[in-house]
Amino acid sequence: MCGIVGLFLKNPALEPTLGRHLGAMLSGMSERGPDSAGFAIYRDPVPAGWVKITVHHADETYPWGGLAPAIAKALNVEARGEVRASHCVLRVAAPLDAVGCWLKQHCPELRVMGMGETIEIFKEKGTPEDVVRRFRVAELAGSHAVGHTRMATESAVTTQHSHPFSTGLDLCLVHNGSLSNHNRLRAWLARRGIAFQTDNDSEVAAGYFTYRLSQGATLDQALEAGLVDLDGFYTFAIGTKDGFAVLRDSFACKPAVLAETDDWVAMASEYRSIAPLPGADRAVIWEPAPATVYSWSKH
Amino acid sequence: MITVDLQDIGVRALNERFHRLPPDTNERAWRVLNPRGAHALAAGLTQPIVVEIAGHAGYYCGGMNKEANITVAGHAGTGLGENIMSGTIRVKGNASQSAAASGHGGLVVIEGDASSRCGISMKGVDIVVGGSVGHMSAFMAQAGHLVVCGDAGTHLGDSIYEAVLYVRGAVASLGSDCVEKEMTPQHHLKLKELLARAGIAADPKDFRRYGSARQLYNFKVDHAARY
Repeated sequence: MCGIVGLFLKNPALEPTLGRHLGAMLSGMSERGPDSAGFAIYRDPVPAGWVKITVHHADETYPWGGLAPAIAKALNVEARGEVRASHCVLRVAAPLDAVGCWLKQHCPELRVMGMGETIEIFKEKGTPEDVVRRFRVAELAGSHAVGHTRMATESAVTTQHSHPFSTGLDLCLVHNGSLSNHNRLRAWLARRGIAFQTDNDSEVAAGYFTYRLSQGATLDQALEAGLVDLDGFYTFAIGTKDGFAVLRDSFACKPAVLAETDDWVAMASEYRSIAPLPGADRAVIWEPAPATVYSWSKH
Repeated sequence: MITVDLQDIGVRALNERFHRLPPDTNERAWRVLNPRGAHALAAGLTQPIVVEIAGHAGYYCGGMNKEANITVAGHAGTGLGENIMSGTIRVKGNASQSAAASGHGGLVVIEGDASSRCGISMKGVDIVVGGSVGHMSAFMAQAGHLVVCGDAGTHLGDSIYEAVLYVRGAVASLGSDCVEKEMTPQHHLKLKELLARAGIAADPKDFRRYGSARQLYNFKVDHAARY
């Protein structure tokens, strides 16, 4: 069992409060996932020519202060780092490949959590309340976010096994369920150049959508293709740079509630995580139908 | 009327208050404020009291109900009225999956839509849905009635036993061993009674009836010795 949430703001005036609402949504899913929690938040885009990379180290005393200056010096570019508990969000005025290569060579102990122009990803062991507090979620402004609370059933309680999984630029997926054809699909995707960090089934789903998008599919087209190619049980909440989507498999065993007002769209495994949102009692609330793509975009 | 704010008292204390009520209680009308999707609201009631949930309910609302009359003035989550024995549960909005699952008796009315697996393994409960039901509804339904004023999703009544299904709208597909059956005057009368009890205005003449063809393995007398 796990809990997943997503919040997409339609009214930009609410953006300063995104983190506060995301925190309440994650905390609402504590009983569905007390072991670890994580979230991806879309905020504060970097200027053209810059990249944003979230990196993680298990030791919170890691000398983060030296990281951005070292990158700046080595690549002879501007670089900034913002530390949030066990994670650091790097903003670098350089191509992604250059920063990625440098990190791999000089800081192999760091794990890349996500990268792109707007995405920041944080995940950690502990109760959702703990994780929300440690990452100071309430102070984060942004346009949309997806989150996950995990009750571990098939693999260890570790940061690596926590969601969300990001396998492509600004793409992120949280999953409640289990896939049954992930091993074959992982091999198929690996042959097509998609890299995976774990043996987790949900990461394969993220990789699958990354692949479809890289082949020119729209988000809706990628999700429609997923209905054919992904075998298993799933409710997904997916974030992209400017979009948000929800998809359930055709059996729809895994719960999902959608709610929409003029100001926001929210998805959660249960209504308990939607109840704290402003105007939730007046929202249009429905259960997403099986095998049906629901998506929203900023444009 | 006793009004309780769930955010003050919590689910466990609320249900304990319900469970302690004696048969001759005078505390017969309750209103629960701010349910905010909490689970197991008014579960396991055994006395003929009236409970209104003033908002959206979470999972298993009114589960195992005996005698009580429960109304949810909002939507209800998974397993509404699961294993209901008697009494009435009414939802003004929609209900999530497995509504009235395994229900033995009583009446469950969902004024909006019910999601998948509505009435799964029902054992005598009567269910009236004002809107539509999702896929696999009345799966392995054993006894009782499911009335659907809207449409039914795929695989309606899969592996059904003796339960009777009435659907006014379209049926996306019938499950294994579920077939359409003739609407006799007796069925019109029964359906009229069910709709009247549910307080839903619909003409029995607009409905079709579905039930078991009794052709699955377990219906064959040749296999009786195997059990």
